[in-house]
Amino acid sequence: MLEKALQGNKTYWGWIGALLVLIGIGFGCYLYQLNEGLTITGLSRDVSWGFYIAQFTILVGVAASGVMLVLPYYLHGHKPFGRLVIYGEFLAVAAVIMCLLFIVVDLGQPQRLMNVLLHPTPNSILFWDMVVLNGYLFLNIVIGWSHLHAEKKGIRPPSWVKPLIYLSIPWAISIHTVTAFLYAGLPGRHFWLTAILAARFLASAFACGPALLLLILFIVRRVSDLVIPREAIQTLSKIITYAWILNLFFLALELFTGFYSNLPGHMHSFEYLFAGHHGYDSLVPWMWNFVFLAVTSLILMVNPGTRNNQTTLIIALIMMFVAGWIDKGLGLIIGGFVPNPFEGITEYWPTIPEAFIAVGVYAAGFLILTVLYKITLEVRRANA
Amino acid sequence: MALNRRSFLKAAGLTTLAGLGGHAAMELLAPGALEAAQPAQVGAYPEALTAKRWAMLIDTEKFTSAELYQKCIDACHKTHNVPTIPGKQEVKWLWTERYAGTFPEQQHALVPEKVKHQPFLLLCNHCDDPPCVRVCPTKATFKRADGIVMMDMHRCIGCRYCMAGCPYGARSFNFRDPRPFVENIDEHYPTRMKGVVEKCTFCEDRLAKGQLPACVEVSEGALIFGDLADEDSEVRRILRERYSLRRKPSLGTNPSVFYLI
Repeated sequence: MLEKALQGNKTYWGWIGALLVLIGIGFGCYLYQLNEGLTITGLSRDVSWGFYIAQFTILVGVAASGVMLVLPYYLHGHKPFGRLVIYGEFLAVAAVIMCLLFIVVDLGQPQRLMNVLLHPTPNSILFWDMVVLNGYLFLNIVIGWSHLHAEKKGIRPPSWVKPLIYLSIPWAISIHTVTAFLYAGLPGRHFWLTAILAARFLASAFACGPALLLLILFIVRRVSDLVIPREAIQTLSKIITYAWILNLFFLALELFTGFYSNLPGHMHSFEYLFAGHHGYDSLVPWMWNFVFLAVTSLILMVNPGTRNNQTTLIIALIMMFVAGWIDKGLGLIIGGFVPNPFEGITEYWPTIPEAFIAVGVYAAGFLILTVLYKITLEVRRANA
Repeated sequence: MALNRRSFLKAAGLTTLAGLGGHAAMELLAPGALEAAQPAQVGAYPEALTAKRWAMLIDTEKFTSAELYQKCIDACHKTHNVPTIPGKQEVKWLWTERYAGTFPEQQHALVPEKVKHQPFLLLCNHCDDPPCVRVCPTKATFKRADGIVMMDMHRCIGCRYCMAGCPYGARSFNFRDPRPFVENIDEHYPTRMKGVVEKCTFCEDRLAKGQLPACVEVSEGALIFGDLADEDSEVRRILRERYSLRRKPSLGTNPSVFYLI
């Protein structure tokens, strides 16, 4: 079926070309990093994870969010999602591949990657993250591809796929839970050492993931003959709204525990992020932007008038995704490393090559997504 | 039977999987069995120093001059080819930190001025329950039977999970090739490559040859090294007699480095 991705109009090839250029630039920067070491990044002894790991964390959430289509459709028979489920699954495929790429570009010795398999270490959460992410990738490729194949031949999907679909539902929850456990099990990193981290990860993922999916589908609709049932948009918008409310509620719980208990360790990172600490305040504008975007998008999504209006919905979804990106993509990782174990402060900001490598990974993910969506659209057009 | 491309690829794929998976399964189900099947290990030096649990005492009263700190640090860093890299991507095994940063949550502002401004010597705590070992995905960092938390710099993939896991900031990452930053390379100890994590090893290489750690040797008695598990050892005797602190005791890591106050 892959050959179906090789036919398209000028816009399609222009988009593919643009992605290839970005991948090329990112790859060039990666070769530079491979040669010089991670010294070309903004990382330091104190802030030893940064942009790459943050993007990885967000994208695990995007991958997991496919379940917000799978679950209503397969467990509750919500018919309007029927023809959209595959787009969620293929977004999950692209997102997991980006996750794995972000891990690889973050490694100091990427050629030793296979050591994780050669010396399996079940006490390391990273080992389990590797297991659940690859498992989830496998599940979504098999499920999505077999459904598409069946659709092309005009037959029912093979019966053995059904159990895999049911398995993929808890599996989706597991990938973001295990990713939260990477952080939530570390003594001495107060900002992450909280039982609600996994729940908060899932809530923000189930808001931002479907928000991204809807935005992508709106774009796809403009450039193809994709039909998105009105009811599907409405259901998904409600799911996104509830998840976003939960995410902000969980954040408020964190703030209560930290500031009512008055425990210094629980307050420091929040103080650094939202108020600055001894003059170090490079993230403060970002975090207040997060607050503004989070609250505005919440208002737009809760209000049925603005939620059901296409234009205001799109604005709300963009605001929410950007808010989620700031929260998880900047605040979560950097905030966890500031202050350092000696209560000193080292600030972090990605360098230009670091940013280009990240853009390159995103471009690679979107290339995979484009090809998978293109094949789906072509198969369905041939059937129509 | 003709071997077509499809069946060849199938067989090749399965063989590869069996090779990878077989080794992994052996490591999981019978740890060490593969290593044990290999030729006998190199014997230890007869003069090697051994212990059930190595520990270090830092006598903060004896560290009265900046020169003494520096002497210890230099001895450590020279012995182990630790590079001197300026800036926030530095590598350090042994260094000093101010009082408030050494004992956060155990300190207050009203201590004598002398204490407040006194530097304290910092190094890997060789925890009894080390978070770095718990999180490492390749066992590149591991705890030995004598309590030393070791690094295998040939196995480390540079994921830096151990740096996030260590609550004491004891670990450094080689963001770049460290060799140009080592002034006089000591041929007795390997240099590192870029992309791996390193830290203090309690001089396990010197202990194996019957020598005390490099910093202890030059410390003029301000650093005391011995077996914490041996009730009659010097470290246990001193710990009985003098008040001591460990860093961040609430984290349950049970450090093997004690600060005599």
